[in-house]
Amino acid sequence: MKKSVILGALTVASLVAGGAAAATLDDVKARGKLNCGTNTGLVGFAAPDANGDWQGFDVAVCRAVAAAVLGDQSAVEFVPTTGKTRFTALASGEIDVLARNTTWTFSRDVDLKFTFIGVNYYDGQGFMVPKSLGVSSAKELDGATVCIQTGTTTELNLADFFRVNNISYEPVPIETNAEAQQQYLAGACDAYTTDASGLAATRATFEDPTAHVILPEIISKEPLGPLVRHGDDEWADIVRWTLNALIAAEEYGVTSANIDELAANPTSNPEINRLLGTEGNLGEMLGLPADWAVKAIKAGGNYGELFEKHIGENTPIGLARGLNAQWTDGGLMYAPPFR
Amino acid sequence: MSGTHAHTAAYVRDTMLPEQAPPATSVGVLGWMRANLFSNWFNAILTLLSVAFIYQVLAAILPWVFQSSWTANSLNECRAQIDAAYGPHAEGACWAVIRERYLQLIFGFYPSELYWRPILAFALTLAALGPVLFTALPRKMLWLSVAAPFLVPWLLWGGSAWVPVAVALGFVLGYVAFRVVASVAGALLGAIAAGLVPVLWWLLLASGWAGLMQSVLPLGIEAVDSRNFGGFMLSITIGVVAIACSLPIGVLLALGRQSNLLIIKAICTGFIELIRGVPLITLLFVASLLLNYFMPPGTDFDIILRVIIMVTLFASAYMAEVIRGGLAALPKGQYEAADALGLDYWKAQRLIIMPQALKISIPGIVSTFIGVFKDTTLVSIIGLLDPLGFSNSIRANAEWNGIVWELYGFIAFMFFVFCFSMSRYSMYLERKLQTEHR
Repeated sequence: MKKSVILGALTVASLVAGGAAAATLDDVKARGKLNCGTNTGLVGFAAPDANGDWQGFDVAVCRAVAAAVLGDQSAVEFVPTTGKTRFTALASGEIDVLARNTTWTFSRDVDLKFTFIGVNYYDGQGFMVPKSLGVSSAKELDGATVCIQTGTTTELNLADFFRVNNISYEPVPIETNAEAQQQYLAGACDAYTTDASGLAATRATFEDPTAHVILPEIISKEPLGPLVRHGDDEWADIVRWTLNALIAAEEYGVTSANIDELAANPTSNPEINRLLGTEGNLGEMLGLPADWAVKAIKAGGNYGELFEKHIGENTPIGLARGLNAQWTDGGLMYAPPFR
Repeated sequence: MSGTHAHTAAYVRDTMLPEQAPPATSVGVLGWMRANLFSNWFNAILTLLSVAFIYQVLAAILPWVFQSSWTANSLNECRAQIDAAYGPHAEGACWAVIRERYLQLIFGFYPSELYWRPILAFALTLAALGPVLFTALPRKMLWLSVAAPFLVPWLLWGGSAWVPVAVALGFVLGYVAFRVVASVAGALLGAIAAGLVPVLWWLLLASGWAGLMQSVLPLGIEAVDSRNFGGFMLSITIGVVAIACSLPIGVLLALGRQSNLLIIKAICTGFIELIRGVPLITLLFVASLLLNYFMPPGTDFDIILRVIIMVTLFASAYMAEVIRGGLAALPKGQYEAADALGLDYWKAQRLIIMPQALKISIPGIVSTFIGVFKDTTLVSIIGLLDPLGFSNSIRANAEWNGIVWELYGFIAFMFFVFCFSMSRYSMYLERKLQTEHR
């Protein structure tokens, strides 16, 4: 078995080599499944539930893309990736899209040759301290010991922040979020710093969450978004506009509850009609069926519904919309027009 | 002379005294304690200190283990239940997470309606190992050991039943080629043919033949992607394959390293030193990242297969050195005796050298096995969801975020069961073969 698979794989490899540059969309359609890189586990963003189904805010993006392309939100093969393996998995073609709370940075976009297709969550690095420390601002953390995950941008941001404010700190390097929680609770460090969403999720697990405060300072920009490989703009367009469709749907008041009705009876709003494919031929331009956006939105709901379901204020994580509100509500979520 | 004594002594006992029970301080529990725990004042102090230490540890752990919650659906519910049952501030384990997720920790994402397949595969593996490990079992069971390497992967991955048949056919063809060519053109050409024919078969014809047979007579079970493997099933799959393959490869490498043939010796030494000089985690990164770059884009070379190959190579290199240690411990006279009997190289190895060398190496071999099995947890670093990887994924659910000890405790317990069994088996084998009286 083993040998035959290797040899088979090698044979296939040499056959496939020629046609490697085929369009991702065709590959996905031929395969009947979307290969989506996701986190091995991050609260609210990606985690397998008791039935082994992946759930979360990043996962929802994958499901929406699968629904738009293949018409079936469950036609996704989730590939758990770590911080170290995620970019190789995407570059080598093991996955079609990476939706793994990845910060959009210049070097990743340009040097690593990926295309970030948008931002599905604006995050930023914050601090959490025990209330008993009596600190109300990160600038008062002079001389504090800080638990920090090694090898991440948070480590560099932390150094920058303390240098800019001319105060000292002592880093306590840790490997995983779980370890950080234990260290922080055991008092090994005065403060714990990571993305604000992670802090909120961590604090929600404490026996007494009220004994800890998240300081108001956000010391970095962490626009998290899905990404695809350079060089296949058609595919990038599909993923980009699927995300935009989710965001626009919230703006126009299209929800999973009323979408069937709106799609069946064209409304007086031409923008909604174009989005839902009852007017114009946007789907055709993408190479998808006319109701691609309907399928994508029905997969889990519009952007606002996904937010509320996975990380919103009614979940244990309890994140406020903040920067992730629609632009009409003072946030940064702004989908370009569907025209 | 016999009478003199009676005259000089006033009293002579003429019956034996009945045996008296030994003093209470030297028998039973008391005597055992006196002999083993309180034989002098220093030992007595050490005993008391040890008892106090054990008490402290148990007093801390046991309440936590037993003041637990099995029924909750989230960590907060666990805490509430434990507080309600054992009073506020009671510390207790939240075993509910194990109750909810133990199937996931064991089978990963394997489809739940197909759980019987890995279970059957595991039972089959045990049954196949039985006659190899225990000579008392009926020899007929060895047929099972021959069939298992083809049946077990088929059960795990599913698919057409003709694929394992095609692979097995390769071995049959190799054997036939050996018999035919060896009888015509000598043993060396026979060996070459035996190596070449199966490889050609697998490479060029096997998949076509399997496809043809499948279209003529469809026979198969639902295929399961290796992506769905996880938990202990993944660890055991990687561990068993690596263990089973590393021993024969290790024997060949050890012999190659001692060989007089320059090129074989150089290749074997180079391989062993290269693999041993590199940490396993590096090899795993090579398997998961570097190979991806080398292969043409779009190649779907199964990640678990890549990992199994790397772990097997790693284990083989260590195994080779352990066996070389056994070979080196054999007196030179044994080799000379084999030569004097006129045995050829392979016969000498099979009948005289290897049985003794392997016997000496048993403790080293088994500890390499245990090490390999435990090392399989490193695959969590490259994103495969082995038990440790899964514990992280389970924690990523909002309900279970913050649970640490319960998951690690369960995983440690499972690993202990496997590793302890291996260790006990090696002791049984050593006793049976009595290596110490060599």
